[in-house]
Amino acid sequence: MIDINDGAIDARGLVKQFGGHRVVGPVDLSVRPGEFLTLVGPSGCGKSTLLRLIAGLETASEGSISIAGRTVTDDPPKERDVAMVFQNYALYPHLTVAQNMAVPLRMRRLSLPQRLPFVGSLLPRSAATLAEIDHDVEQVAKSLGIAQLLSRKPAQLSGGQRQRVALGRAIVRKPRVFLLDEPLSNLDAQLRVQMRSELVQLHRRLQVTLIYVTHDQAEAMTMSNRIAVMFAGNILQIGTPEAVYDDPDHLKVASFISNPGLNTMPFAAIANTQLGRQIGAIVSGSAECTVAFRPEACTAVSSADQTDLSGRVIFCERFGAEAFAHIAVDYLEHPIIARIEPAHATRLTCEQLVRVNLDISKLFLFGPDGLRLRPRRRAAA
Amino acid sequence: MTTASTIDRPVRQYDFGTMWLLVFPATALLLAFLVIPTALVVVLSFTDYELGKEGLRYIGITNYSDMLADRVFWQSVRNTALYVALVVPGSIFIALAVALLIERRSVLARFYKVAFFLPVTATLVAMATVWEFILHPSIGLANHLLSVLRIDPIRFLSDPDWAIVSLAAIGIWQSIGFNMVLFLAGLSSIPKEIDEAAALDGAAGGIDRFMIVTWPLLGPTTLFVTITTAINAMRVFESVAVITQGGPNKATEVILYSIYLEAFQYFRTGYASALTVVFLLVTVSLIILQMRLADRKVHY
Ligand SMILES: Nc1ncnc2c1ncn2[C@@H]1O[C@H](COP(=O)(O)OP(=O)(O)OP(=O)(O)O)[C@@H](O)[C@H]1O
Ligand SMILES: [Mg+2]
Repeated sequence: MIDINDGAIDARGLVKQFGGHRVVGPVDLSVRPGEFLTLVGPSGCGKSTLLRLIAGLETASEGSISIAGRTVTDDPPKERDVAMVFQNYALYPHLTVAQNMAVPLRMRRLSLPQRLPFVGSLLPRSAATLAEIDHDVEQVAKSLGIAQLLSRKPAQLSGGQRQRVALGRAIVRKPRVFLLDEPLSNLDAQLRVQMRSELVQLHRRLQVTLIYVTHDQAEAMTMSNRIAVMFAGNILQIGTPEAVYDDPDHLKVASFISNPGLNTMPFAAIANTQLGRQIGAIVSGSAECTVAFRPEACTAVSSADQTDLSGRVIFCERFGAEAFAHIAVDYLEHPIIARIEPAHATRLTCEQLVRVNLDISKLFLFGPDGLRLRPRRRAAA
Repeated sequence: MTTASTIDRPVRQYDFGTMWLLVFPATALLLAFLVIPTALVVVLSFTDYELGKEGLRYIGITNYSDMLADRVFWQSVRNTALYVALVVPGSIFIALAVALLIERRSVLARFYKVAFFLPVTATLVAMATVWEFILHPSIGLANHLLSVLRIDPIRFLSDPDWAIVSLAAIGIWQSIGFNMVLFLAGLSSIPKEIDEAAALDGAAGGIDRFMIVTWPLLGPTTLFVTITTAINAMRVFESVAVITQGGPNKATEVILYSIYLEAFQYFRTGYASALTVVFLLVTVSLIILQMRLADRKVHY
């Protein structure tokens, strides 16, 4: 049974500066108990720093953090009851897998004298506690499928196995909050997909609050309850993967969560076309705004007629079930990427003239500051 | 040259001329400065050669059997062993403690590093004067401090029980700096993430962090520091030669000082060579021990 406060994380006005340079914040973030939240953003945007602030490995320059309803802003990591998996796993190289996983339990269940080498195990009640620890380690190892590796050293493990050991070390003490910093980035593509689903299942089984850092939008979209998109130290949007994908608040969010890319064009470039007039009818003040749409909002049809969005195919890419055509339009700086039927990909040839058919309801408009401009009629209704 | 001909060429066909030319400088230097002198010492150790005397005679292992029967030799072995036994742990633990303290601070770290490293660069022959003054039985600073604590003055250099301990203290003072630098290098090579993982695992206190991360991961450094300090301590000479001259009553006569006396005061070169050979054997076996351990134990 989950206590309502158990594992909730609340950050208010959180700021981190390094040498006068603001790297994170101000960030306001509420993570619900038991939630799987993904922090996603480009490299260097401060994801790891935010995670480390929550873990207590960095101290906040401003603002406050509370975990499970208790303010922990100035508490050391030990008192926050959070576990973290580092990108490079950070296993203790001189300890076996079993010993690695036992460290958090030894620290919590044994007293300082009991933890001393040699003497410690002779003290009363040590033996019983040590047996308990061994038992718990074995249980977790079994659940992660690494029971046969318990006596190995980290150097004798593959990357995927080390990953599991690092996970095991984190979950063995049943923390309230579980932080993962790009845990899959050192694995090969196939293992990464497999670990994704294992992590989701693990989260469901443990029911812990989990914050997951990644710069891979596929991981963010597939694994989490909610995703928070970060840019330059700030969270620009936070919501369910669907909400962030279908209804982005910011141009940067839309273009980061797009595969293979977001089509953008200045409104000025198309203002005099029929498309431009259609858009102008929906939103006002559009002179300096940016029109954006995803590849799947449009398609390319072979046609020699000149329309608003006509151009030449310059490149076709096909990955299995999906195919995209890159189309150069005379008056646009960047080619438009359109999703096409894979079957058509073989029929479209380079330099062929095509017409781009655009679903105008899936079009986004962003103001000069990058913020989303919503259609007028919704406000009027 | 085409690829085909490179492949066709037998791999084992070395160009011996170039090969010898390339290894010649290193080999020549090694022979001239290491192998030949060492071989000469070994040869001399089986003779009765005395510096300045004409001719020499092969006397078998007489020098070695003399040595084993010599009370002064065993005294110097005991003194050297005691000196090493005091200097190695003293220097290592103080150096490690200093390195741990310096590592965690940003202000003044540079100052402390320089301050602790100074004795390494200072010539001991010059600094010995200062030490003699500090340890002087009546006007010395050390005894002055002891008197503040109401402890009777100690004749640091003239009391046979204290003399070697005093020299060991000087030896520790001199070697801390170097060992501290080695430990600092070792500490900086410990990945930051492992320390952070330990903090999250609950190792909050200094003791836990030290036992889980620092001490085990410093293993290779500690082994290296131990062996080099031991070898250096075995070679103690300057402080003995300048401050105590092996006295009082041979209480600080160490192996190297014996070799010096035999070779350059009594001119018994043959006997001194035998002492040198024994000393060399001990040093070399220590180095071999270190390499063995480094290969086996300290690798994770
Ligand atoms: N200890 C530090 N001192 C100074 N600057 C730092 C420090 N740690 C991080 N930074 C800076 O903070 C910014 C954010 O770093 P952070 O590691 O949080 O990025 P990230 O989003 O995790 O990137 P990545 O995806 O590459 O891991 C970077 O510009 C980095 O240079
Ligand atoms: Mg990072």
